[in-house]
Amino acid sequence: MIEFRNVTKRFPDGTVAVDSFDLVIPSRKTTVFVGSSGCGKTTLLRMINRMVEPTSGTVEIDGEDVAAKQAVALRRSIGYVMQNSGLMPHFTVAENIATVPRLNGGTRRAAKARALELMDVVGLEASMADRYPSQLSGGQQQRVGVARGLAADPNILLMDEPFGAVDPIVRAELQRELIRLQQELDKTVVFVTHDIDEAFLLGDQVVILAAGAQRLQVGSPSEITERPADDFVAAFIGAERGKRALSVKQTPNGPVLVDAEGRTQGVLVEGGA
Amino acid sequence: MDWVSDNLDLIGSLTLDHLRQSVIAIVAGFLLSLPLGWVAWRYRLLRGWVITVTGLLYTIPSLALLMILPVVAGYPATSETNLVIALTIYAIAIMVRAVTDGLDSVDPAVRRSATAVGYGDARRFWAVDLPLAGPVILAGLRVTAVSTISLATVGILVGVTNLGYLFTNGLQRRITAEVLAGIVAVALIALLIDLLLMLAGRRLMPWVRGRTPARRSAALEAAA
Repeated sequence: MIEFRNVTKRFPDGTVAVDSFDLVIPSRKTTVFVGSSGCGKTTLLRMINRMVEPTSGTVEIDGEDVAAKQAVALRRSIGYVMQNSGLMPHFTVAENIATVPRLNGGTRRAAKARALELMDVVGLEASMADRYPSQLSGGQQQRVGVARGLAADPNILLMDEPFGAVDPIVRAELQRELIRLQQELDKTVVFVTHDIDEAFLLGDQVVILAAGAQRLQVGSPSEITERPADDFVAAFIGAERGKRALSVKQTPNGPVLVDAEGRTQGVLVEGGA
Repeated sequence: MDWVSDNLDLIGSLTLDHLRQSVIAIVAGFLLSLPLGWVAWRYRLLRGWVITVTGLLYTIPSLALLMILPVVAGYPATSETNLVIALTIYAIAIMVRAVTDGLDSVDPAVRRSATAVGYGDARRFWAVDLPLAGPVILAGLRVTAVSTISLATVGILVGVTNLGYLFTNGLQRRITAEVLAGIVAVALIALLIDLLLMLAGRRLMPWVRGRTPARRSAALEAAA
């Protein structure tokens, strides 16, 4: 469990990125921070592994204040996946994945074995082990990034818009893979995105944020869709227009659901979930 | 050409002297420039000072430096140390800037990423910053090496023997072949050292070379 307690972050130039933020992030679930750029969602994420220190308030992991932990050791114990992969351009794929096991003092051989194991987990061919990141496609680089994040088998995985820079088809594929991985590995995932569809697809708990990391609504995708907290949230998730605005249309064969564009999205079944 | 074949032993021993003096100066200049370049990169306030002062070293006329250094430091002008120290100073003048520029060329996102996965500062410098600064530093080192080898010949004017001897001796005795032999020998060892540095760079920084054909192979794969 990760807990933010009354966390504020004021940058030296005076901007308040996060203002009195409270949140409990449950273990072994995926929590998604979603909001437009500059809302402070990445700052929140970076406070968990102390890449950003709060001005006031505390961030706790399982009841322990992260500020009391040694920053380098803390970061090695938490997986981190970022946009544009953040891979070391001078390390091969295997070396990149093995970074944290090597930092923790593992032997080259053990680290390489672990890297190959993880390449299989994230769906990369073993033949890519000795390539450099620049020799991979964007989607492959992100897979390596995810594998690196998992290499030390952390309980927590932080993901900062990890699929933001890949094309929509690869993105959908990576999202499906992440859902599969999460079912297998059972990590506490904290995911940042500006894409509400991605948030609803991946999140068990979705946190909708406005500027200053102001919490607009926290809940499961169903709760938010069924009871948006206010008009802003309703507009943001596209409840009135867009793909979540469905209306019932009667047809000779029974009622169907159509979206705002008039396209039929599904059949209304009595007694469905 | 008769002169050359008659004096191969002389040319050979002068070349060895020349190489020894130059290589020591290049290595010393490189090693001293690393901390200086790092300081200039790390501490913005010192940057202008360090870069300007070391850069100005290059404006000191070499003959003057070779005559002043022994007076200041108290060793004979004719000693090899005198020449090596002067050449090291010129090497620093070029290399400090290259080291600073090299460290500047490292993508801040990569640096941040290294910190985020758990590199401590010192470890990150050796494992991430320095290798990624490598291509720019190597470019500076290659310029330094060639310029040092060429500049070393001036040592003969204060009595330090190396390939420069072929110039002064050839000039005095009006043996054109001797002067030409000196020029060719200097050019050859400069090319040789440059080639060695280039090969060392390829070996130590394999990711740089992987870049272009790499993209092609990724593209081919996507097409397949």
